[in-house]
Amino acid sequence: MIALNVNGRETRIDVDPQTPLLWVLRDHVGLTGTKYGCGIAQCGACTVHIDGQPVRSCGLPVGDVGSAKIVTIEGLAPAGILTKVQKAWLDLDVPQCGYCQSGMLMAASALLAATPNPTDADIDAAMTNICRCGTYQQVRAAIHAAAKA
Amino acid sequence: MIDTIKLDRRAFLVGTAAAGAGFSLGFGASPAAAQGAVPEVNAWVVIRPDDGVVIRIARSEMGQGTLTGLAQLVAEELECDWSKVSTEFPTPGQNVARNRVWRNFSTGGSRGIRESHDYVRQGGAAARDMLIRAAAAEWNVPAGECAAANSTITHRPSGRTTTYGKVAAAASRLQPPGEIALKPVADWKIAGKPLNRLDTADKLTGKLVYGADIKMPGMLTAAIKACPVVGGKLGSFDAASVRSMPGVKHVLAVDGNAVAVVADTYWQAHLALEKLPIVWDKGPNASVSSASIDTMLDEGLGAAQAFVGNRQGDATAAIAGAARRIEATYSFPYQNHAPMEPMNATALYTGQRCEVWCPTQNGEAALAATAEAAGLPVQSCDVHKTMLGGGFGRRGRSDYVRQAVLVAKQIPGVPVKLLWSREEDMTQCAFHPITKCKLTGALDAAGNLTGLHMRISGQSILASLLPQNLQNGMDPVVFQGLNPGGAEGQFGYDIPNLLIDHAMRNPHILAGFWRGVNANQNALYVECFMDELARAANQDPLEFRRKMLRPKHRVVLEAAAEKANYGRAPAGRHHGLAQVMAFGSYVAACAEVSVDARGALKVHKIVAATDCGVAVNPAQIHRQVAGSFVYGLSAMLYGECTVKDGAIEQTNFDAYNVMRIDEMPEVETVLVASGGFWGGVGEPTIAVAAPAVLNAIFAATGKRVRDLPLVKHDLRRV
Repeated sequence: MIALNVNGRETRIDVDPQTPLLWVLRDHVGLTGTKYGCGIAQCGACTVHIDGQPVRSCGLPVGDVGSAKIVTIEGLAPAGILTKVQKAWLDLDVPQCGYCQSGMLMAASALLAATPNPTDADIDAAMTNICRCGTYQQVRAAIHAAAKA
Repeated sequence: MIDTIKLDRRAFLVGTAAAGAGFSLGFGASPAAAQGAVPEVNAWVVIRPDDGVVIRIARSEMGQGTLTGLAQLVAEELECDWSKVSTEFPTPGQNVARNRVWRNFSTGGSRGIRESHDYVRQGGAAARDMLIRAAAAEWNVPAGECAAANSTITHRPSGRTTTYGKVAAAASRLQPPGEIALKPVADWKIAGKPLNRLDTADKLTGKLVYGADIKMPGMLTAAIKACPVVGGKLGSFDAASVRSMPGVKHVLAVDGNAVAVVADTYWQAHLALEKLPIVWDKGPNASVSSASIDTMLDEGLGAAQAFVGNRQGDATAAIAGAARRIEATYSFPYQNHAPMEPMNATALYTGQRCEVWCPTQNGEAALAATAEAAGLPVQSCDVHKTMLGGGFGRRGRSDYVRQAVLVAKQIPGVPVKLLWSREEDMTQCAFHPITKCKLTGALDAAGNLTGLHMRISGQSILASLLPQNLQNGMDPVVFQGLNPGGAEGQFGYDIPNLLIDHAMRNPHILAGFWRGVNANQNALYVECFMDELARAANQDPLEFRRKMLRPKHRVVLEAAAEKANYGRAPAGRHHGLAQVMAFGSYVAACAEVSVDARGALKVHKIVAATDCGVAVNPAQIHRQVAGSFVYGLSAMLYGECTVKDGAIEQTNFDAYNVMRIDEMPEVETVLVASGGFWGGVGEPTIAVAAPAVLNAIFAATGKRVRDLPLVKHDLRRV
């Protein structure tokens, strides 16, 4: 059994410790907001926070997480009140298909927590997620808007 | 019917709760509003007693915003309160049962709105008429004395009012009206406005259920591998070697060319499939390579036989007698759509019925594929569409639906979710077709273009996917944006002597509809060569084009050039132009780039002009235009799928790179919207992305890039 702290809740799961955290979240914990895109830590659709740091969960064996606090997209606004980042995303109508946006929001939230007023260069460095619909211009605008909110 | 699974029950409930009412389990599932006590006003509109408005959307939503645009059109005629609008997808099975009341479900070719605006607005108008008549009947007054606005009906003489929710049930019992005069575009209050999308909120919290997220009681998950060489077959596989691995339930042959491992969870299925020894019978194409395909296409460039798509005057004679002859050969590689959500479908087969839950651009084709694979009548099957995690043309095919049904058919009573790996998604595709193009231009002594021959050699999408649509062997779709006339995609230039022809050469790799389709390479060939001709004639590329451009083409190009301050780029930056007509719209772009001493490219800004005739949502048009540059420039910078031993070599984003935010230029949209026609928006702009930037690169460096991707080229100034 592996003990995990997901979105503030302790969960015990009977799973092979080598299983990537992504698949434990999706198939065992039942939180499907974290997406599978590539499985090789390239696209960022599976981004979650581990002790506040953005991590690509497809490449992280669940056995290596230990007691660290995991936050997924479902835990970003647990009380249902959108965060400043989500609110900016809503106001600026950022998503198109939306599949990459969980990862985008997790990456943007971590960036803003560490760098409350990011420059364009900060955004370029932190936001390495792939969006095939091409929402990058709206993503950049929403990060700046969230910083000002 | 339910196999025992090891998942914890609470986790399962979380998953199914998130799936929402739209995925009610079992058979005969139908849209939520239609199931309960609330009768529809008509096929397009359901009004709940609380005044909630449910608008039915037949087309698929893959990010392009069609769902919101179609709802705006229905709501405009319905005269309802926009803040109360939600949407639902009727199923293809219901469409069959109701004699195709929602008509076409297919969502491709930027046709979602332009092909259905008329009848969806009629649907909204008819519902409004019935609601007004229901109120008038209740008040016992003539319907002509009543008017509707904002979901409220007013009897003008008395000032009495009621709401849609109060009269909807009575309205549903009335005879529908005949054809109703639609509102002029100038009177629109909801359509035509830059409204936010209706489907954003659930994309911000992880709540939206994509096909890959489907969960059902007792569901198993399948991973699959098909023969890496198209046309090859499954030889043998050693199921016993993996059957005892954790969670593994079944190891199954699928369709004679693939193997699926079915397990409790995806990761268990994936691990077992990776370990499974499989012998492929790769068939006759196992020695095909990119080099052999190149040779095949080169032969076509000079072949005597070719299908003629556009002929004016006598190009051959004009070229023979030209003062100057300019010649160049371009090429365009295979590319994968690479939507972020890999292919997937969930199927439940019982012997009597088969149901599928999946992201698809073509619900009716998915239903047909389901019935065929299940071996059941269409009436015994249905498909429940989810939102798509990207489509780009890839999800117009139903190959993954067929596979899911063929797996489920071998495990009756058990719902099975088939999820492709990214590696499967990258290699089992119908790719952007591969072509080459030899262009020969004739200039007279004054530098006028008197003749042009454009010989395309390469692959036909119709020959790969819809051979029944070929016309005496010719693929008319090859000539997108090159046609002599018509509303879809005419060639933009009046050239006295013109010949555009196609030598069809079809490698075994499947070619498919890839966002922008054939306009992508055609615009690149034409617009880059126009730039070459202008330089050869020692004329400015804008002026050279203007003299030959047809009016609407010229207007959008001038609009983009003017807004971009064409010809007055800041120091160190350079401009490039491109235009095309495709998917019924006229588009143009002016790119502003710089290339540093090390050859590093920076695309600073692109101004794009679009004339789509009628604009249904300017804000979403801007997003489609900006996104089109990401798709088009990703392809230009990095997009190439190569062939070795008959198989595609690139298996993931490490080898098939795409643009990230750090390469995103500022995109400014000029919406021309000249009215009088309905053009598509999701695709045409992609075609001008690469040629505009490549022409700007030439201006910056003197280097003419004629084959993609750009990453193969050294851009240091010559």
